[in-house]
Amino acid sequence: MSVPSLVHMAIAMITAPLIFGIINRTKSLFGGREGPPLLQQYFDIAKLLQKGTVYSRTTSWVFRAGPVIGLACVLIALALLPLGPLPALCSFPGDFIVMIGLLAVMRFFTMLAAIDAGSSFEGMGASREATFSALAEPALFLCFAAISQKAASLSLSDMFLRHSGDATHGSAPAPALLAVALFVVFLAENARIPVDDPNTHLELTMIHEVMALDYGGPDLAFIFYASALKLWILGALVVNVVLSGIESAWAVLAGLFFLAIIVGAVESTMARLKLLRVPQLLIGAGALAMLTLIVAMG
Amino acid sequence: MSSWIELAVLFLILSNFALLGASRVTTLIQVAAGQGILLGLLPLLAHAKQGNLRLIAVALIAGLLKGVIFPVMLGRALREANIRREVEPFVGYSLSLILGVFALACSFWIASRLPATALFLSRKALPAAFSTILTGFFMIVARRKALTQVLGYLVLENGIYLFSISLGQKIPFAVELGVLLDVFVAVFVMGIAMFHINREFDHLDVGQLSALKD
Amino acid sequence: MILSLILVPAAAGVAAFLIRSSLLLRVLLAAVGLFHIIFTAKAWLIRPQPALGGWLAADAPGLIFLSLVSVLFLAAAVYGAGYLKGEPSGERMDFEEGDLFSNAPEARFVGCLLFFLATMTAACLSRHFGLFWVATEATTLSSAPLIFFHRHHRSLEATWKYLLICSVGIALALLGNSFLAAAGPGLPMDLDGLLAQAARLNRTWLKGAFLLFLIGYGTKMGLAPLHTWLPDAHSESPSLVSALLSGALLNCSFLGILRLQQVLSAAGEAAFGQELLVIFGLMSMGVAAAFVQGQGDYKRMLAYSSVEHMGVLALGVGLGSAGAFGAMLHAVNHSVIKAMLFLVAGNILSVYKTKSALEVRGALRILPLSGALWLAGLLAISGSPPFGAFLSEFVILKAALDQGQILVAVFYLIFLAMVFVGMATTVLGMALGDASRSPHKEGWSRTFPPAILAACSLLLGIHIPEPLRAALKTTAHVVLQQGG
Repeated sequence: MSVPSLVHMAIAMITAPLIFGIINRTKSLFGGREGPPLLQQYFDIAKLLQKGTVYSRTTSWVFRAGPVIGLACVLIALALLPLGPLPALCSFPGDFIVMIGLLAVMRFFTMLAAIDAGSSFEGMGASREATFSALAEPALFLCFAAISQKAASLSLSDMFLRHSGDATHGSAPAPALLAVALFVVFLAENARIPVDDPNTHLELTMIHEVMALDYGGPDLAFIFYASALKLWILGALVVNVVLSGIESAWAVLAGLFFLAIIVGAVESTMARLKLLRVPQLLIGAGALAMLTLIVAMG
Repeated sequence: MSSWIELAVLFLILSNFALLGASRVTTLIQVAAGQGILLGLLPLLAHAKQGNLRLIAVALIAGLLKGVIFPVMLGRALREANIRREVEPFVGYSLSLILGVFALACSFWIASRLPATALFLSRKALPAAFSTILTGFFMIVARRKALTQVLGYLVLENGIYLFSISLGQKIPFAVELGVLLDVFVAVFVMGIAMFHINREFDHLDVGQLSALKD
Repeated sequence: MILSLILVPAAAGVAAFLIRSSLLLRVLLAAVGLFHIIFTAKAWLIRPQPALGGWLAADAPGLIFLSLVSVLFLAAAVYGAGYLKGEPSGERMDFEEGDLFSNAPEARFVGCLLFFLATMTAACLSRHFGLFWVATEATTLSSAPLIFFHRHHRSLEATWKYLLICSVGIALALLGNSFLAAAGPGLPMDLDGLLAQAARLNRTWLKGAFLLFLIGYGTKMGLAPLHTWLPDAHSESPSLVSALLSGALLNCSFLGILRLQQVLSAAGEAAFGQELLVIFGLMSMGVAAAFVQGQGDYKRMLAYSSVEHMGVLALGVGLGSAGAFGAMLHAVNHSVIKAMLFLVAGNILSVYKTKSALEVRGALRILPLSGALWLAGLLAISGSPPFGAFLSEFVILKAALDQGQILVAVFYLIFLAMVFVGMATTVLGMALGDASRSPHKEGWSRTFPPAILAACSLLLGIHIPEPLRAALKTTAHVVLQQGG
């Protein structure tokens, strides 16, 4: 447990909501508006935390547990995440499986809570989330498998550190493929365009937002904060792959903010895909990851 | 030079996925054309230093046929037939992609089982060839239009061509030209047959060609 | 000399596209057929010099198959003169579906026939695996327009299936060529070069090559379960084209498999190929035996019979040297009889205007000569004495028994019997029975060729000419000659 790792953790916990601010600001710029302040997400969370909550009489403890468990899972996952040259807070062989597992537990309880609310819209959102994550998760697994195969290590910190040392003389296209695959997973897992539209509150088009419809107050704040951290974690993975070989933690941090700008640009220029095309996109990402894995093995 | 070859081979594998996932016939034609051009370039990349004139001539002809002439012919057939531009698959795109991944894994497995031989391009060229061949097969079997079947045949041929150049096989010039001529005439004759199918049935859907059976 | 056998038909084919007069076209067809058979006969007397650096040469198996091509082509050419005269120009009713259709231009038909002859000749004579592939694919391409002579739905469907399935199949044989090259890097791809260096070939690549050849050329040859194009193409094409497809083309593809079996044997791996050939052979016979039963379309019935006999050929080669002799003899017999049967079927079709066996009755009365030939053909094709097929099928049976492959022999006999029963029910029903119409006068050009072929088959059953016997023996010997 080193000091830099703790610093990384602290930075992540403090700056994660800022990523949302950057994305929204980029979208506003593209749309010719001034947009909300960069720190809007902090204001929202602060405001929500001060409010009380109302629960429907039909809900059970599952509904209340959902946001808390989600936040807990994502915080533990954050402890497993290395960032550039900074190793993770705790690291052991096979920790990437734990990380995927934690994200899965988070999703599982979010979906259960959504179903618990008893609203048909939320059930629909949960079902879509289940479908798409069933495709996104194998892709993520394959990505990790490819990296770990290349670095001959099973722990995330080692994987990215060794991966970076290797990149100079490895075959050039493989990291690019991997980055594309991870980016697609990143977009899907965080419910961004082209998989889901975080802006609309039309129940028919959204997946993630619809599952949070019945929450308010601190619960909603937890959900917002947890999704910001999740965005940070998966974004950091993408940046780690793209900027492998760079020794400065500041560069990686800057890369993360740049990623947010890219996401904003993608959301401003692309339309959401038809629901039927989404699985194809995710399977395509899985195929890319598989290809990288095979290339790494060959 | 070798990293360029690696890149080209990787792009060939990617193009197979594109062929499986694309939903428009025009996209299919463009991807197949790209494959053809890459295949024409590959021997040039591999032999740039030696500058063997015969080899360069064959590579150029092959690239021209597969990358330019066939796509133009098929594109014209598509316009003249005035058919729906969607692929209308028997097997859905997502399942096709999953099968494509599976086929790719199989290709690597088969290639690893084959006895070692002097390989000419990269080690990934053989599996890439197998996966291209399997993709071609799949397109012939799982797509509904006569045009996509012809495209599948072309992709199959591309795979076989990649296989033979990755072995650095010394085929006599005349035979190599004969093979290319045969493929050219095959596509030409298939084009005529497609013209007649379109005229007789008002579409290019081979699912309707089912009068003859036992 | 060898080159002229290929170039003259090809040149005539080009010329045919320019000729308008249909009389001239028919004369050209027969003249080229005559030229071809004379030169082929000459090749039996004096073996011609190899051409193109040994890539083209008339060896024993090539010469046998070339002679079959030549004889059948002449028969088809003579038959074609009468056939084309009987084909009306302009649009007419399709008797099965009632739609209007027209024929393809006669010049195109004759030209493609001549190209077909040239490419088949090239396939029979080539001793280079690359060249053989080029020639075989060219046979597919030149024969596809022939199937689409009557331009209606069904023939179009048959053409498309033929074109696609055979092209894809043969593409696999091209992959087989690459495997063969990988088996012996740097070796030339001609038969002599490979035979000389057979011991050095890598076994795994060689076996892979054989597998791909068997699937690739086996598709074209009509081995089950790759035969699906065959009944469609044979039933929808004009009868003389069916005769050539079945009697000549299938053999050419078989030659590709034989040539690689020769290399395999020289490398000391003959058993691998033979086992596969036995399996595919029995499977083809079984599938054919099942589909011949109650087959309502008599041209399809003949097509399935071809599948069966291709199975017999594969099985024979799989059963060792004696079996290979029987198989080669059977190839000769089958080609002659099957071509005859298809030509007669064409006569029946043109009078009765139906391909349904149930609607043809009393053929013996209405078409005395064709009816008689139809019956004789049934006996000949099902291997009854004194026709040639009896002898060859018996040789193969004996080879199976000598090898102690009792199970193979039992299945072989069962399938032969099933095919006989299935075909006899159909053929007898067609030939016998009362006819409501008056006898039909048949032109000589449409009865003479099948009659000659039937006579050949009968002669082969009584006496095999010495040169032919020697060539068959040589073939059986070289194909399975162990080395290494």
